[in-house]
Amino acid sequence: MSPPGTSAANCIIETRALRKQFGATVAVSDVSLNVRAGEVFGFLGPNGAGKTTTIKMLLALVEPTSGSGQLLGAPLGDKGARGRVGFLPEHFRFHDTLTATELLRFHGRLCGFEGIALEGRIERLLTRVDLADAANRPLRGYSKGMLQRVGLAQALVNEPQLVILDEPTSGLDPLGRLLVRNIIDELRADGVTVFLNSHLLGEVEATCDRVAFVKRGSIVAERGLTAADEIVDLDLRVTMAGPAIIEGLSNFGSDVRQAEPGLIRLRISSDAVPHIVNWLVEQGVMIHAVEPRRKSLEEIFLEVMGEDERPG
Amino acid sequence: MRNLITIAHLTLVEARRRRIVLAGSICALAFLAVFSIAAWFAYRELASNASVAFVERQATLTMTMLVGFLAANFLAVTFAILLPIDTLSGEIDSGVMQTLASKPVSRDEIVIGKWLGHLVLALGYLLLLCCGILGTMRVLAGFTPAGVVYALPLLMLEIALSLTIAISGGARFSTVTNAIFAVGLYGLSFVGGLVEYVGSVGDIKSLRTVGIVVSLFSPADSMWRLAGHNLMPEILRGSDALSLSASVPTPLMVWWAAGYMVVTLLLALRAFRRRSL
Repeated sequence: MSPPGTSAANCIIETRALRKQFGATVAVSDVSLNVRAGEVFGFLGPNGAGKTTTIKMLLALVEPTSGSGQLLGAPLGDKGARGRVGFLPEHFRFHDTLTATELLRFHGRLCGFEGIALEGRIERLLTRVDLADAANRPLRGYSKGMLQRVGLAQALVNEPQLVILDEPTSGLDPLGRLLVRNIIDELRADGVTVFLNSHLLGEVEATCDRVAFVKRGSIVAERGLTAADEIVDLDLRVTMAGPAIIEGLSNFGSDVRQAEPGLIRLRISSDAVPHIVNWLVEQGVMIHAVEPRRKSLEEIFLEVMGEDERPG
Repeated sequence: MRNLITIAHLTLVEARRRRIVLAGSICALAFLAVFSIAAWFAYRELASNASVAFVERQATLTMTMLVGFLAANFLAVTFAILLPIDTLSGEIDSGVMQTLASKPVSRDEIVIGKWLGHLVLALGYLLLLCCGILGTMRVLAGFTPAGVVYALPLLMLEIALSLTIAISGGARFSTVTNAIFAVGLYGLSFVGGLVEYVGSVGDIKSLRTVGIVVSLFSPADSMWRLAGHNLMPEILRGSDALSLSASVPTPLMVWWAAGYMVVTLLLALRAFRRRSL
Protein backbone atom coordinates (compact mmCIF):
# COMPACT_ATOMS: atom_id res chain seq x y z
CA MET A 1 0.00 0.00 0.00
CA SER A 2 2.72 2.48 -0.91
CA PRO A 3 1.37 5.87 -1.87
CA PRO A 4 2.66 7.32 -5.14
CA GLY A 5 6.04 8.92 -4.80
CA THR A 6 6.93 7.03 -1.69
CA SER A 7 10.38 5.54 -1.60
CA ALA A 8 12.19 3.75 1.17
CA ALA A 9 14.53 6.73 1.48
CA ASN A 10 11.88 9.21 2.61
CA CYS A 11 9.85 6.75 4.67
CA ILE A 12 9.87 7.34 8.40
CA ILE A 13 7.78 4.26 9.10
CA GLU A 14 7.85 1.28 6.82
CA THR A 15 6.31 -2.06 7.69
CA ARG A 16 5.83 -5.23 5.69
CA ALA A 17 3.11 -7.73 6.62
CA LEU A 18 3.35 -7.15 10.36
CA ARG A 19 1.41 -9.75 12.28
CA LYS A 20 0.81 -10.32 15.96
CA GLN A 21 -0.91 -13.29 17.45
CA PHE A 22 -1.59 -13.78 21.15
CA GLY A 23 -2.26 -17.49 21.47
CA ALA A 24 -5.17 -18.21 19.16
CA THR A 25 -6.18 -14.55 18.94
CA VAL A 26 -4.92 -12.60 15.96
CA ALA A 27 -4.56 -8.98 17.06
CA VAL A 28 -2.90 -7.80 13.86
CA SER A 29 -3.01 -9.95 10.77
CA ASP A 30 -1.30 -7.93 8.06
CA VAL A 31 -0.16 -4.34 8.37
CA SER A 32 1.99 -2.89 5.62
CA LEU A 33 2.53 0.82 5.96
CA ASN A 34 4.61 3.60 4.51
CA VAL A 35 4.58 6.89 6.35
CA ARG A 36 6.50 9.66 4.67
CA ALA A 37 8.76 12.17 6.35
CA GLY A 38 6.94 15.30 7.47
CA GLU A 39 3.38 14.06 7.02
CA VAL A 40 0.65 13.77 9.60
CA PHE A 41 -0.65 10.26 9.21
CA GLY A 42 -3.93 9.07 10.68
CA PHE A 43 -4.47 5.47 11.70
CA LEU A 44 -8.16 4.74 11.85
CA GLY A 45 -10.26 1.77 12.77
CA PRO A 46 -12.86 0.59 15.25
CA ASN A 47 -11.95 -0.60 18.75
CA GLY A 48 -10.08 -3.88 18.67
CA ALA A 49 -8.96 -3.43 15.06
CA GLY A 50 -5.30 -3.73 16.08
CA LYS A 51 -4.23 -0.08 16.03
CA THR A 52 -2.62 0.03 19.46
CA THR A 53 -0.93 -3.35 18.95
CA THR A 54 0.53 -2.02 15.69
CA ILE A 55 1.89 1.02 17.50
CA LYS A 56 3.35 -1.25 20.18
CA MET A 57 5.09 -3.31 17.52
CA LEU A 58 6.55 -0.13 15.99
CA LEU A 59 7.97 0.80 19.40
CA ALA A 60 9.18 -2.72 20.26
CA LEU A 61 6.77 -2.93 23.20
CA VAL A 62 5.36 -6.03 21.54
CA GLU A 63 7.36 -8.40 19.37
CA PRO A 64 5.75 -9.16 15.99
CA THR A 65 4.85 -12.78 15.34
CA SER A 66 5.97 -12.26 11.74
CA GLY A 67 6.69 -9.47 9.30
CA SER A 68 9.27 -6.74 9.44
CA GLY A 69 9.60 -3.02 9.57
CA GLN A 70 11.78 0.00 9.90
CA LEU A 71 11.49 3.11 11.98
CA LEU A 72 13.57 6.11 10.94
CA GLY A 73 15.60 3.82 8.71
CA ALA A 74 16.49 1.34 11.47
CA PRO A 75 14.94 -2.05 12.18
CA LEU A 76 12.05 -2.07 14.66
CA GLY A 77 13.38 -2.16 18.21
CA ASP A 78 16.54 -0.21 17.46
CA LYS A 79 17.47 1.79 20.56
CA GLY A 80 19.01 4.68 18.65
CA ALA A 81 15.88 5.13 16.55
CA ARG A 82 13.67 5.10 19.65
CA GLY A 83 15.72 8.03 20.93
CA ARG A 84 14.33 10.09 18.03
CA VAL A 85 10.73 9.06 18.60
CA GLY A 86 8.21 10.60 20.96
CA PHE A 87 5.32 8.46 22.17
CA LEU A 88 2.13 9.29 24.01
CA PRO A 89 0.27 6.12 25.05
CA GLU A 90 -3.52 5.99 25.04
CA HIS A 91 -3.84 6.36 28.79
CA PHE A 92 -0.72 8.13 29.93
CA ARG A 93 0.35 7.13 33.43
CA PHE A 94 3.60 7.59 35.29
CA HIS A 95 4.80 7.54 38.88
CA ASP A 96 2.36 9.96 40.44
CA THR A 97 4.70 11.12 43.18
CA LEU A 98 6.85 12.92 40.60
CA THR A 99 6.20 16.49 39.58
CA ALA A 100 5.81 17.38 35.90
CA THR A 101 9.32 18.88 35.87
CA GLU A 102 10.82 15.74 37.43
CA LEU A 103 8.93 13.52 34.99
CA LEU A 104 10.26 15.42 31.98
CA ARG A 105 13.77 15.55 33.46
CA PHE A 106 13.74 11.78 33.94
CA HIS A 107 12.59 11.10 30.38
CA GLY A 108 14.96 13.72 28.98
CA ARG A 109 17.89 12.04 30.71
CA LEU A 110 16.89 8.64 29.38
CA CYS A 111 17.04 10.21 25.92
CA GLY A 112 20.53 11.55 26.57
CA PHE A 113 19.67 15.18 27.33
CA GLU A 114 20.83 17.02 30.41
CA GLY A 115 21.91 20.31 31.90
CA ILE A 116 20.69 23.76 31.04
CA ALA A 117 19.49 22.73 27.59
CA LEU A 118 17.19 20.11 29.09
CA GLU A 119 15.91 22.43 31.83
CA GLY A 120 15.15 25.13 29.26
CA ARG A 121 13.30 22.67 27.05
CA ILE A 122 11.27 21.38 30.02
CA GLU A 123 10.21 24.90 30.89
CA ARG A 124 9.20 25.67 27.30
CA LEU A 125 7.28 22.43 26.90
CA LEU A 126 5.35 22.84 30.15
CA THR A 127 4.44 26.35 29.10
CA ARG A 128 3.39 25.05 25.68
CA VAL A 129 1.01 22.47 27.17
CA ASP A 130 -0.27 25.07 29.62
CA LEU A 131 1.11 23.39 32.72
CA ALA A 132 3.68 25.98 33.80
CA ASP A 133 1.64 26.76 36.90
CA ALA A 134 1.48 23.10 37.90
CA ALA A 135 5.09 22.27 37.00
CA ASN A 136 6.13 21.55 40.56
CA ARG A 137 3.03 19.75 41.73
CA PRO A 138 2.95 15.94 42.02
CA LEU A 139 1.12 14.21 39.17
CA ARG A 140 -1.25 12.57 41.65
CA GLY A 141 -3.09 15.89 41.93
CA TYR A 142 -3.50 16.25 38.15
CA SER A 143 -6.81 15.92 36.33
CA LYS A 144 -7.11 13.45 33.45
CA GLY A 145 -6.64 16.24 30.94
CA MET A 146 -3.55 17.57 32.73
CA LEU A 147 -2.03 14.08 32.76
CA GLN A 148 -2.64 13.76 29.04
CA ARG A 149 -0.99 17.14 28.44
CA VAL A 150 2.07 16.32 30.54
CA GLY A 151 2.20 13.02 28.64
CA LEU A 152 2.30 15.00 25.42
CA ALA A 153 5.13 17.11 26.81
CA GLN A 154 7.16 13.99 27.68
CA ALA A 155 6.62 12.74 24.11
CA LEU A 156 8.28 15.92 22.85
CA VAL A 157 11.09 16.25 25.39
CA ASN A 158 13.69 14.58 23.13
CA GLU A 159 13.00 16.85 20.12
CA PRO A 160 11.71 13.85 18.15
CA GLN A 161 11.66 13.36 14.39
CA LEU A 162 8.62 11.14 14.71
CA VAL A 163 5.80 11.54 17.23
CA ILE A 164 3.39 8.66 17.77
CA LEU A 165 0.18 9.73 19.47
CA ASP A 166 -2.30 7.08 20.59
CA GLU A 167 -5.62 8.81 21.25
CA PRO A 168 -3.93 12.07 22.30
CA THR A 169 -7.17 13.91 23.00
CA SER A 170 -8.62 11.19 25.18
CA GLY A 171 -9.94 12.93 28.29
CA LEU A 172 -9.32 16.43 26.99
CA ASP A 173 -11.95 19.18 26.92
CA PRO A 174 -12.46 21.22 23.70
CA LEU A 175 -9.72 23.68 24.69
CA GLY A 176 -7.32 20.83 25.36
CA ARG A 177 -8.18 19.33 21.99
CA LEU A 178 -7.50 22.60 20.27
CA LEU A 179 -4.16 22.79 22.05
CA VAL A 180 -3.21 19.32 20.80
CA ARG A 181 -4.33 20.20 17.28
CA ASN A 182 -2.19 23.36 17.36
CA ILE A 183 0.81 21.39 18.60
CA ILE A 184 0.36 18.89 15.77
CA ASP A 185 0.25 21.79 13.30
CA GLU A 186 3.46 23.18 14.80
CA LEU A 187 5.13 19.79 14.55
CA ARG A 188 4.11 19.56 10.89
CA ALA A 189 5.53 23.05 10.28
CA ASP A 190 8.80 21.92 11.89
CA GLY A 191 8.95 18.91 9.56
CA VAL A 192 8.22 16.40 12.31
CA THR A 193 6.31 13.30 11.21
CA VAL A 194 3.19 12.58 13.27
CA PHE A 195 1.51 9.18 13.49
CA LEU A 196 -1.92 9.73 14.97
CA ASN A 197 -4.28 7.09 16.23
CA SER A 198 -7.62 8.64 17.04
CA HIS A 199 -11.30 7.80 17.13
CA LEU A 200 -12.26 11.41 16.67
CA LEU A 201 -12.68 11.51 12.91
CA GLY A 202 -13.35 15.24 12.80
CA GLU A 203 -10.04 15.80 14.50
CA VAL A 204 -8.22 13.47 12.12
CA GLU A 205 -9.84 15.18 9.18
CA ALA A 206 -8.67 18.57 10.44
CA THR A 207 -5.07 17.52 11.09
CA CYS A 208 -4.02 14.58 8.91
CA ASP A 209 -2.53 14.59 5.43
CA ARG A 210 -3.25 10.93 4.86
CA VAL A 211 -5.06 8.12 6.63
CA ALA A 212 -5.09 4.34 6.69
CA PHE A 213 -8.14 2.34 7.69
CA VAL A 214 -7.61 -0.78 9.76
CA LYS A 215 -10.21 -3.48 9.93
CA ARG A 216 -9.76 -6.71 11.88
CA GLY A 217 -6.01 -6.40 11.97
CA SER A 218 -5.45 -5.48 8.32
CA ILE A 219 -5.18 -2.23 6.43
CA VAL A 220 -8.16 -2.16 4.09
CA ALA A 221 -7.77 1.30 2.57
CA GLU A 222 -5.49 4.30 2.47
CA ARG A 223 -6.25 7.75 1.16
CA GLY A 224 -5.02 11.30 1.17
CA LEU A 225 -6.95 14.06 2.90
CA THR A 226 -5.39 17.07 1.23
CA ALA A 227 -7.44 19.11 -1.27
CA ALA A 228 -5.68 17.43 -4.17
CA ASP A 229 -6.61 14.01 -2.83
CA GLU A 230 -10.25 14.87 -2.19
CA ILE A 231 -12.77 12.51 -3.73
CA VAL A 232 -16.26 13.90 -4.32
CA ASP A 233 -19.55 12.54 -5.57
CA LEU A 234 -20.64 14.74 -8.46
CA ASP A 235 -24.27 15.24 -9.54
CA LEU A 236 -24.66 16.62 -13.07
CA ARG A 237 -28.06 17.87 -14.17
CA VAL A 238 -27.87 17.89 -17.94
CA THR A 239 -29.90 17.45 -21.08
CA MET A 240 -28.92 15.93 -24.42
CA ALA A 241 -26.67 13.33 -22.76
CA GLY A 242 -26.65 10.02 -24.56
CA PRO A 243 -24.77 6.77 -23.85
CA ALA A 244 -21.64 8.19 -25.48
CA ILE A 245 -21.55 10.98 -22.88
CA ILE A 246 -21.90 8.48 -20.03
CA GLU A 247 -19.03 6.46 -21.48
CA GLY A 248 -16.92 9.58 -21.98
CA LEU A 249 -17.44 10.67 -18.38
CA SER A 250 -15.98 7.39 -17.13
CA ASN A 251 -12.59 8.77 -18.24
CA PHE A 252 -12.85 11.41 -15.49
CA GLY A 253 -13.90 9.21 -12.57
CA SER A 254 -15.62 6.06 -11.43
CA ASP A 255 -19.13 4.76 -10.67
CA VAL A 256 -20.67 6.77 -13.53
CA ARG A 257 -24.39 6.14 -13.78
CA GLN A 258 -27.65 7.78 -14.88
CA ALA A 259 -29.46 8.09 -11.56
CA GLU A 260 -32.62 9.39 -13.20
CA PRO A 261 -33.47 11.12 -16.48
CA GLY A 262 -31.29 14.22 -16.69
CA LEU A 263 -29.19 13.33 -13.63
CA ILE A 264 -25.76 11.76 -13.99
CA ARG A 265 -23.86 10.77 -10.88
CA LEU A 266 -20.16 9.90 -10.71
CA ARG A 267 -17.22 9.84 -8.28
CA ILE A 268 -14.26 12.04 -9.12
CA SER A 269 -11.26 13.84 -7.74
CA SER A 270 -12.40 17.36 -6.81
CA ASP A 271 -9.91 19.05 -9.14
CA ALA A 272 -11.54 17.29 -12.12
CA VAL A 273 -14.73 19.38 -11.97
CA PRO A 274 -13.65 22.19 -14.39
CA HIS A 275 -12.30 19.65 -16.90
CA ILE A 276 -15.63 17.78 -16.88
CA VAL A 277 -17.59 20.98 -17.41
CA ASN A 278 -15.32 21.98 -20.33
CA TRP A 279 -15.62 18.58 -21.90
CA LEU A 280 -19.44 18.52 -21.59
CA VAL A 281 -19.69 21.97 -23.20
CA GLU A 282 -17.45 20.78 -26.04
CA GLN A 283 -19.76 17.80 -26.51
CA GLY A 284 -22.75 20.16 -26.79
CA VAL A 285 -24.37 19.01 -23.60
CA MET A 286 -26.58 21.57 -21.81
CA ILE A 287 -25.58 21.84 -18.16
CA HIS A 288 -28.24 22.94 -15.66
CA ALA A 289 -26.39 22.22 -12.45
CA VAL A 290 -23.04 20.91 -11.23
CA GLU A 291 -23.27 19.72 -7.61
CA PRO A 292 -20.11 18.24 -6.11
CA ARG A 293 -20.87 16.54 -2.83
CA ARG A 294 -17.88 16.06 -0.58
CA LYS A 295 -17.93 13.03 1.70
CA SER A 296 -16.98 13.52 5.31
CA LEU A 297 -14.30 11.27 6.77
CA GLU A 298 -17.00 9.68 8.87
CA GLU A 299 -18.95 8.71 5.75
CA ILE A 300 -15.79 7.36 4.16
CA PHE A 301 -14.96 5.48 7.37
CA LEU A 302 -18.38 3.83 7.49
CA GLU A 303 -18.19 2.98 3.81
CA VAL A 304 -14.72 1.44 4.18
CA MET A 305 -15.64 -0.52 7.27
CA GLY A 306 -18.76 -1.88 5.57
CA GLU A 307 -22.07 -2.88 7.06
CA ASP A 308 -20.69 -6.05 8.60
CA GLU A 309 -18.49 -4.11 11.05
CA ARG A 310 -19.94 -3.85 14.53
CA PRO A 311 -18.97 -1.47 17.34
CA GLY A 312 -15.76 -2.67 19.04
CA MET B 1 25.40 2.63 32.57
CA ARG B 2 23.89 6.08 32.58
CA ASN B 3 20.41 4.65 32.01
CA LEU B 4 20.93 2.15 34.84
CA ILE B 5 21.79 4.95 37.24
CA THR B 6 18.84 7.06 36.06
CA ILE B 7 16.39 4.19 36.59
CA ALA B 8 17.94 3.17 39.92
CA HIS B 9 17.75 6.81 41.04
CA LEU B 10 14.07 7.01 40.07
CA THR B 11 13.45 3.82 42.09
CA LEU B 12 15.05 5.41 45.15
CA VAL B 13 13.15 8.69 44.71
CA GLU B 14 9.90 6.77 44.27
CA ALA B 15 10.54 4.74 47.44
CA ARG B 16 11.20 7.91 49.40
CA ARG B 17 8.11 9.68 48.05
CA ARG B 18 5.87 6.69 48.67
CA ARG B 19 7.11 6.81 52.27
CA ILE B 20 8.61 3.34 51.99
CA VAL B 21 11.89 4.63 53.40
CA LEU B 22 10.05 6.38 56.23
CA ALA B 23 7.94 3.31 57.06
CA GLY B 24 11.01 1.06 56.92
CA SER B 25 13.01 3.41 59.15
CA ILE B 26 10.21 3.70 61.73
CA CYS B 27 9.79 -0.09 61.86
CA ALA B 28 13.55 -0.62 62.12
CA LEU B 29 13.93 1.96 64.90
CA ALA B 30 10.92 0.52 66.77
CA PHE B 31 12.44 -2.95 66.53
CA LEU B 32 15.83 -1.69 67.69
CA ALA B 33 14.21 0.16 70.62
CA VAL B 34 12.42 -3.02 71.76
CA PHE B 35 15.57 -5.09 71.28
CA SER B 36 17.76 -2.60 73.19
CA ILE B 37 15.34 -2.43 76.11
CA ALA B 38 15.10 -6.24 76.28
CA ALA B 39 18.87 -6.64 76.03
CA TRP B 40 19.44 -3.96 78.67
CA PHE B 41 17.08 -5.68 81.13
CA ALA B 42 18.70 -9.05 80.41
CA TYR B 43 22.17 -7.62 80.95
CA ARG B 44 21.19 -5.81 84.16
CA GLU B 45 19.64 -8.93 85.65
CA LEU B 46 22.55 -11.13 84.69
CA ALA B 47 25.12 -8.62 85.96
CA SER B 48 23.37 -8.23 89.30
CA ASN B 49 23.28 -11.98 89.87
CA ALA B 50 26.64 -12.98 91.34
CA SER B 51 25.93 -16.69 90.86
CA VAL B 52 25.97 -16.33 87.06
CA ALA B 53 29.46 -16.93 85.75
CA PHE B 54 30.97 -14.60 83.16
CA VAL B 55 30.94 -17.26 80.44
CA GLU B 56 27.31 -18.11 81.17
CA ARG B 57 26.38 -14.45 81.06
CA GLN B 58 28.12 -13.94 77.75
CA ALA B 59 26.44 -17.06 76.32
CA THR B 60 23.01 -15.77 77.35
CA LEU B 61 23.77 -12.37 75.84
CA THR B 62 24.96 -14.05 72.65
CA MET B 63 21.66 -15.91 72.46
CA THR B 64 19.83 -12.62 72.98
CA MET B 65 21.81 -11.15 70.11
CA LEU B 66 21.04 -14.14 67.88
CA VAL B 67 17.34 -13.80 68.61
CA GLY B 68 17.70 -10.15 67.58
CA PHE B 69 19.44 -11.17 64.36
CA LEU B 70 16.79 -13.81 63.70
CA ALA B 71 14.05 -11.18 63.95
CA ALA B 72 16.09 -8.67 61.93
CA ASN B 73 16.67 -11.29 59.27
CA PHE B 74 12.96 -12.03 59.04
CA LEU B 75 12.09 -8.33 58.81
CA ALA B 76 14.73 -7.70 56.16
CA VAL B 77 13.68 -10.69 54.04
CA THR B 78 10.05 -9.57 54.22
CA PHE B 79 11.12 -6.06 53.22
CA ALA B 80 13.24 -7.40 50.34
CA ILE B 81 10.37 -9.51 48.99
CA LEU B 82 7.57 -6.96 49.36
CA LEU B 83 9.53 -3.89 48.26
CA PRO B 84 9.86 -4.79 44.54
CA ILE B 85 6.86 -7.10 44.32
CA ASP B 86 4.93 -4.85 41.91
CA THR B 87 7.77 -2.93 40.38
CA LEU B 88 7.59 -4.68 36.99
CA SER B 89 4.15 -6.32 36.97
CA GLY B 90 2.44 -3.26 38.50
CA GLU B 91 4.05 -0.87 36.04
CA ILE B 92 3.08 -3.10 33.13
CA ASP B 93 -0.54 -3.23 34.34
CA SER B 94 -0.76 0.52 34.92
CA GLY B 95 0.81 1.39 31.55
CA VAL B 96 3.81 3.18 33.11
CA MET B 97 6.10 0.66 31.44
CA GLN B 98 4.90 1.62 27.95
CA THR B 99 6.26 5.12 28.34
CA LEU B 100 9.49 3.92 29.94
CA ALA B 101 10.25 1.08 27.51
CA SER B 102 9.54 3.23 24.45
CA LYS B 103 12.52 5.41 25.38
CA PRO B 104 16.03 4.55 24.15
CA VAL B 105 16.60 2.18 27.02
CA SER B 106 16.94 -1.59 26.80
CA ARG B 107 14.68 -3.96 28.69
CA ASP B 108 17.77 -5.29 30.49
CA GLU B 109 18.60 -1.78 31.69
CA ILE B 110 15.09 -1.39 33.09
CA VAL B 111 15.29 -4.64 35.08
CA ILE B 112 18.84 -4.14 36.32
CA GLY B 113 18.24 -0.47 37.14
CA LYS B 114 15.23 -1.35 39.26
CA TRP B 115 17.08 -4.28 40.82
CA LEU B 116 19.96 -2.00 41.79
CA GLY B 117 17.69 0.67 43.27
CA HIS B 118 15.75 -1.83 45.34
CA LEU B 119 18.94 -3.63 46.37
CA VAL B 120 20.36 -0.41 47.82
CA LEU B 121 17.18 0.05 49.87
CA ALA B 122 16.93 -3.55 51.06
CA LEU B 123 20.59 -3.75 52.01
CA GLY B 124 20.34 -0.37 53.72
CA TYR B 125 17.43 -1.69 55.77
CA LEU B 126 19.31 -4.86 56.70
CA LEU B 127 22.46 -2.98 57.66
CA LEU B 128 20.47 -0.51 59.77
CA LEU B 129 18.98 -3.40 61.74
CA CYS B 130 22.24 -5.34 62.04
CA CYS B 131 24.31 -2.30 63.01
CA GLY B 132 21.65 -1.41 65.60
CA ILE B 133 21.89 -4.87 67.17
CA LEU B 134 25.68 -4.92 67.07
CA GLY B 135 25.85 -1.40 68.53
CA THR B 136 23.49 -2.33 71.34
CA MET B 137 25.55 -5.40 72.22
CA ARG B 138 28.77 -3.42 72.05
CA VAL B 139 27.47 -0.73 74.41
CA LEU B 140 25.77 -3.13 76.85
CA ALA B 141 27.96 -6.18 76.95
CA GLY B 142 31.13 -4.80 75.44
CA PHE B 143 31.49 -7.40 72.70
CA THR B 144 31.25 -7.74 68.96
CA PRO B 145 30.99 -11.27 67.58
CA ALA B 146 34.20 -12.23 65.79
CA GLY B 147 32.32 -13.83 62.90
CA VAL B 148 30.36 -10.72 62.02
CA VAL B 149 32.58 -10.04 59.01
CA TYR B 150 31.42 -13.38 57.56
CA ALA B 151 27.85 -13.18 58.83
CA LEU B 152 26.93 -9.80 57.36
CA PRO B 153 27.88 -10.64 53.76
CA LEU B 154 25.90 -13.89 54.10
CA LEU B 155 22.83 -12.00 55.28
CA MET B 156 23.32 -9.51 52.46
CA LEU B 157 23.43 -12.38 49.99
CA GLU B 158 20.20 -13.78 51.43
CA ILE B 159 18.51 -10.39 51.05
CA ALA B 160 19.83 -9.93 47.51
CA LEU B 161 18.61 -13.41 46.61
CA SER B 162 15.11 -12.85 48.05
CA LEU B 163 14.87 -9.52 46.25
CA THR B 164 16.05 -11.06 42.97
CA ILE B 165 13.38 -13.76 43.21
CA ALA B 166 10.67 -11.11 43.74
CA ILE B 167 11.95 -9.04 40.77
CA SER B 168 12.20 -12.11 38.59
CA GLY B 169 8.64 -13.15 39.44
CA GLY B 170 7.44 -9.67 38.49
CA ALA B 171 8.94 -10.10 35.03
CA ARG B 172 6.67 -13.10 34.43
CA PHE B 173 3.64 -13.03 36.71
CA SER B 174 0.98 -10.66 37.99
CA THR B 175 1.65 -8.91 41.31
CA VAL B 176 -0.47 -11.25 43.44
CA THR B 177 0.89 -14.39 41.80
CA ASN B 178 4.40 -13.08 42.27
CA ALA B 179 3.79 -12.35 45.97
CA ILE B 180 2.45 -15.86 46.54
CA PHE B 181 5.37 -17.35 44.63
CA ALA B 182 8.13 -15.33 46.34
CA VAL B 183 6.77 -15.70 49.88
CA GLY B 184 6.06 -19.38 49.23
CA LEU B 185 9.61 -19.98 48.02
CA TYR B 186 11.06 -18.35 51.13
CA GLY B 187 8.64 -20.33 53.33
CA LEU B 188 9.84 -23.47 51.61
CA SER B 189 13.42 -22.52 52.32
CA PHE B 190 12.56 -21.92 55.99
CA VAL B 191 10.78 -25.27 56.29
CA GLY B 192 13.69 -26.97 54.51
CA GLY B 193 16.02 -25.59 57.17
CA LEU B 194 13.77 -26.87 59.95
CA VAL B 195 13.53 -30.32 58.38
CA GLU B 196 17.29 -30.43 58.01
CA TYR B 197 17.69 -29.38 61.66
CA VAL B 198 15.27 -32.04 62.96
CA GLY B 199 17.04 -34.61 60.79
CA SER B 200 20.42 -33.57 62.21
CA VAL B 201 19.35 -33.39 65.87
CA GLY B 202 17.46 -36.70 65.64
CA ASP B 203 20.15 -38.24 63.43
CA ILE B 204 17.53 -39.14 60.77
CA LYS B 205 19.46 -39.21 57.54
CA SER B 206 16.45 -39.20 55.19
CA LEU B 207 14.99 -36.10 56.86
CA ARG B 208 18.32 -34.36 56.61
CA THR B 209 18.56 -35.24 52.91
CA VAL B 210 15.07 -33.87 52.27
CA GLY B 211 16.03 -30.66 54.09
CA ILE B 212 19.21 -30.28 52.04
CA VAL B 213 17.36 -30.88 48.75
CA VAL B 214 14.76 -28.27 49.70
CA SER B 215 17.56 -25.86 50.62
CA LEU B 216 19.16 -26.43 47.23
CA PHE B 217 15.81 -25.66 45.58
CA SER B 218 15.40 -22.52 47.69
CA PRO B 219 18.66 -21.57 49.39
CA ALA B 220 17.78 -18.22 51.04
CA ASP B 221 17.29 -19.47 54.60
CA SER B 222 20.49 -21.53 54.52
CA MET B 223 22.41 -18.25 54.29
CA TRP B 224 20.81 -17.16 57.56
CA ARG B 225 21.75 -20.44 59.21
CA LEU B 226 25.33 -20.09 58.07
CA ALA B 227 25.40 -16.44 59.19
CA GLY B 228 23.94 -17.36 62.59
CA HIS B 229 26.58 -20.02 62.98
CA ASN B 230 29.28 -17.45 62.31
CA LEU B 231 27.79 -15.04 64.84
CA MET B 232 28.23 -17.55 67.65
CA PRO B 233 31.45 -17.75 69.65
CA GLU B 234 33.66 -20.74 68.82
CA ILE B 235 32.90 -22.31 72.17
CA LEU B 236 29.17 -22.58 71.46
CA ARG B 237 29.34 -23.72 67.85
CA GLY B 238 29.51 -27.45 68.63
CA SER B 239 26.43 -27.41 70.81
CA ASP B 240 23.53 -29.41 69.40
CA ALA B 241 21.20 -27.56 71.74
CA LEU B 242 21.53 -24.53 69.53
CA SER B 243 19.56 -24.96 66.35
CA LEU B 244 21.97 -22.89 64.31
CA SER B 245 24.81 -25.26 64.99
CA ALA B 246 22.90 -28.47 64.59
CA SER B 247 22.96 -28.34 60.81
CA VAL B 248 25.29 -25.83 59.27
CA PRO B 249 25.29 -25.46 55.48
CA THR B 250 28.69 -25.93 53.87
CA PRO B 251 30.58 -23.02 52.31
CA LEU B 252 29.70 -24.52 48.93
CA MET B 253 26.12 -23.49 49.66
CA VAL B 254 27.26 -19.85 49.45
CA TRP B 255 28.43 -20.39 45.90
CA TRP B 256 25.21 -22.22 45.14
CA ALA B 257 23.14 -19.32 46.52
CA ALA B 258 25.20 -16.74 44.62
CA GLY B 259 24.89 -18.74 41.40
CA TYR B 260 21.17 -19.22 42.05
CA MET B 261 20.79 -15.44 42.34
CA VAL B 262 22.71 -14.74 39.12
CA VAL B 263 20.71 -17.35 37.18
CA THR B 264 17.44 -15.98 38.62
CA LEU B 265 18.41 -12.48 37.51
CA LEU B 266 19.35 -13.73 34.03
CA LEU B 267 16.00 -15.52 33.78
CA ALA B 268 14.28 -12.27 34.79
CA LEU B 269 16.09 -10.43 31.99
CA ARG B 270 15.11 -13.11 29.49
CA ALA B 271 11.46 -13.13 30.57
CA PHE B 272 11.19 -9.34 30.52
CA ARG B 273 12.82 -9.10 27.09
CA ARG B 274 10.07 -11.35 25.69
CA ARG B 275 7.14 -9.88 27.58
CA SER B 276 4.54 -7.88 25.69
CA LEU B 277 4.10 -4.48 27.28
